Amino acid sequence: MRLEPRTQHSVARQILLPLAALAFAMIVCAVLVMVSGASPLQVFGLMLKGSLGSQFAVLETLTRATPLIFTGLAAAVAFRAKLWNIGGEAQLYIGAVMTVVCGTGLLPLPAPVLIPVLMVVAMLGGALVLSVPTFLKTRFGVDEVVTTLLFNFIAILLVSMLLEGVLKDPMGLGWPQSKKVIAEAQLPRLITGKRLHLGFVVAIIAAIAIWIIDRKSALGFEMRAVGHNTKAATFAGIPVNRVLAKTALLSGGLAGLAGWSEVTGLKGNLTLDLSPGFGYAGIVVAMLALLHPIGVIAAAIFVAAVFVGADAMSRTAGVPSYIAQVMVAVSLLSMVTALMLTRYRLRWR
Amino acid sequence: MAMLEILFTASLWAAAIRIASPLIFGTLGELICERAGVLNLGIEGIMTVGAFAGWLTVFLGGDLWLGVVVAAVVGAVFGLLHAVLVVPFGLSQHVTGIGITMLATSLSYYTYRLVFPEVTSPPKIEPFLPYKVPLLGDVPGIGPAVFQQTPLTYLAFCAVAVVAWLLYRTPAGLAIRTVGENPASAEAQGINVVAVRVCAVMAGSALMGIGGSFITLSAFNSFFFEMTNGRGWICIALVVFGSWRPGKALLGAILFGLFDAYQLRLQQLAGAVVPYQLFLMMPFVLSIIALIVMSRRVAYPRALMVPYRKGER
Repeated sequence: MRLEPRTQHSVARQILLPLAALAFAMIVCAVLVMVSGASPLQVFGLMLKGSLGSQFAVLETLTRATPLIFTGLAAAVAFRAKLWNIGGEAQLYIGAVMTVVCGTGLLPLPAPVLIPVLMVVAMLGGALVLSVPTFLKTRFGVDEVVTTLLFNFIAILLVSMLLEGVLKDPMGLGWPQSKKVIAEAQLPRLITGKRLHLGFVVAIIAAIAIWIIDRKSALGFEMRAVGHNTKAATFAGIPVNRVLAKTALLSGGLAGLAGWSEVTGLKGNLTLDLSPGFGYAGIVVAMLALLHPIGVIAAAIFVAAVFVGADAMSRTAGVPSYIAQVMVAVSLLSMVTALMLTRYRLRWR
Repeated sequence: MAMLEILFTASLWAAAIRIASPLIFGTLGELICERAGVLNLGIEGIMTVGAFAGWLTVFLGGDLWLGVVVAAVVGAVFGLLHAVLVVPFGLSQHVTGIGITMLATSLSYYTYRLVFPEVTSPPKIEPFLPYKVPLLGDVPGIGPAVFQQTPLTYLAFCAVAVVAWLLYRTPAGLAIRTVGENPASAEAQGINVVAVRVCAVMAGSALMGIGGSFITLSAFNSFFFEMTNGRGWICIALVVFGSWRPGKALLGAILFGLFDAYQLRLQQLAGAVVPYQLFLMMPFVLSIIALIVMSRRVAYPRALMVPYRKGER
């Protein structure tokens, strides 16, 4: 068996193969659901109803998609430049820490000033976390995959330490949680009485901004050039290390915003369960979106729908909600395979 | 003073070797994959699924050694999946590896919840018991530290010797090293690059699975979520630290175990003054430092992460 580059590019193939990849993920999960003794059709029906079947469900899905758009963008931006940022989780948490440090009364500012200020500090926090592995990569040649992964563990322990130390809420009855951010820091709800908040709008704007940077700016061009072929980029006079550093700032900052929006938009304070793996899920979102910033929005909503739907389904049908994570993981693997098949064909010979 | 005295206790060294055991398996597994030119980031998930599959086998009435074998087989199956995607298909080894970790972990958790829908405390098994090696186990100092471990630890030491012998003294090992350094010349020698890489990744993943099973069958007696806790990623750092050599990897793993065992004891001494999280961070910080220190001297397998396509230059 071998691969042969395709000579003709068909639009139909580029649409059908990714769809086939998602269908494959559904089939795998259907088998797993059958193992549990439930009916796949009923389970998928419940998941669809729980994620998109009512106004409440749709809003819940969009709320869950908000941090995923940020972490998805973070991964997409980095992966385009072949900077393998697997540390979205750490950047998210440090972004949240910065938000809580500055947002719980340290800066007594009115809301229109405080909200942008908190965005900036959260981005700085996330950017700083990714800058260290990126520096180690460019300076010492240390593989950033491993270092960013290790930083995820360091960050969560750091947060745990802070929540039992300086950031601990004295009124928190001993729970490891921070104080609530002040009213001026909290994001307004988009619809009164519902959970969807302004962070979602910011996420959409961020996606559009990244798309513009990618398409229209020199930095976007340089990032893609570095990602496609580092050697060629060097020959073309692109300062590769500086581009990677800028990419790290942008990517880490975006992941930091995920922490900011979860704290100020949804939870109000920082706890150790702020993120159920949004950083890791962001990688899947980015790959499902084919690293396209606008595609990230759609992919984030899809992944959020799977998670929200699985939560709702497991309450009624009794199939473990971990089926969502299986579906997301299989989608990732089948999607990268499908992408390869749009460019190559298999020859059995 | 007490901090230094700890270093000379047999219990510290025994703990160091116990902590090192799953890392030795994992590091050897990753080493074989990387020597063949394939980065296997699926290690974290493969260790998790090995821990789960091995434990479930024993829980359902299987023998402890059957559990180890099942862990190895399940590990190899996930290794096969990774290998097929990255070797003949040439997909990104980073993304695929992360995907394998997600898949193996979520499948373990899903199955766990399926078998035990509502358990509050994790079900237990009878784990491996320490086995005192005759004569050697009675040597003062070294005996209690090294020769009163569980059988899986002895297996880990044997595995180091076997892998070293395999890599440097057999035609198969030569083939593995060649496809990792220069696949084109391997092909010219009549070696099937794809087959060698796929087999190497499967064998390495089987070792990772066994490393995972050590956690549930030897170190603990039950399975719970997030119990691999980054051990897989640490193994990847240890491979670099050990310069892709089994002997040095063993040394790195034991050194690492020693640090971890030492910080656990320091925690008891200084826990009141220093937050315990700082101690828990140590292994991860240490791995990063090791990577930086070794970065000047690393000699990566030349073809690591380079997909091989026949006839392509």
